[in-house]
Amino acid sequence: MNVRLYLWQRTTAAVMAPLVVVHIAVIFYATRHGLSAADILSRTRGSIAWAAFYGVFVLAVSIHAAIGVRNVLSEWTPLPERRVDACVVFFGLMLAALGLRAVAAVVLP
Amino acid sequence: MVHRISGLALAIFLPLHFLTLGLAIEGEARLESFLRWSDQPLVKAAEIGLVFLFTVHLLGGLRILVIENFDWRDGQKQLAALAAALSGIVAFAFLVRVF
Repeated sequence: MNVRLYLWQRTTAAVMAPLVVVHIAVIFYATRHGLSAADILSRTRGSIAWAAFYGVFVLAVSIHAAIGVRNVLSEWTPLPERRVDACVVFFGLMLAALGLRAVAAVVLP
Repeated sequence: MVHRISGLALAIFLPLHFLTLGLAIEGEARLESFLRWSDQPLVKAAEIGLVFLFTVHLLGGLRILVIENFDWRDGQKQLAALAAALSGIVAFAFLVRVF
């Protein structure tokens, strides 16, 4: 892993640490009476705060996961580096697109 | 290794998680119907495993950030064991909650 990727990996980790703690707390809160779509959407729909929170979370996790998967693929598989890079760029962009779509799905009224 | 395996598992799970939440685009009823499907015990068990892996990955990541950015401390193994124990407690608390 080069220095630039290392810094992105660690920076996104530091950004996400508090977000993960809050997300785990939300998981516990949301499941207190069993998960329901009505409960989830009543919390998130129209909320700029949740949109910002999960928007940042999605972008950070897309970068973080793509770099992590890149490390695994380059160390555990015989794939050439260029192919690994192409795979993880696709993976990161897919995560960001699906994640932002999910945020829009639960936040937009 | 634990950090890597948990990260890999979470990376595999994430697209499915996003696709699930994306069902809300098709309406609340579509998301609700998936959530009712996820009430099955096997799915609940998988969710508990995910909460455990999520917590393990968080604590393992914090450990790496502390080791890399602060002075070395004795008792790294104890810290790792504490992280695993804490993850187990969080996952167990989730287990009690969902079953």
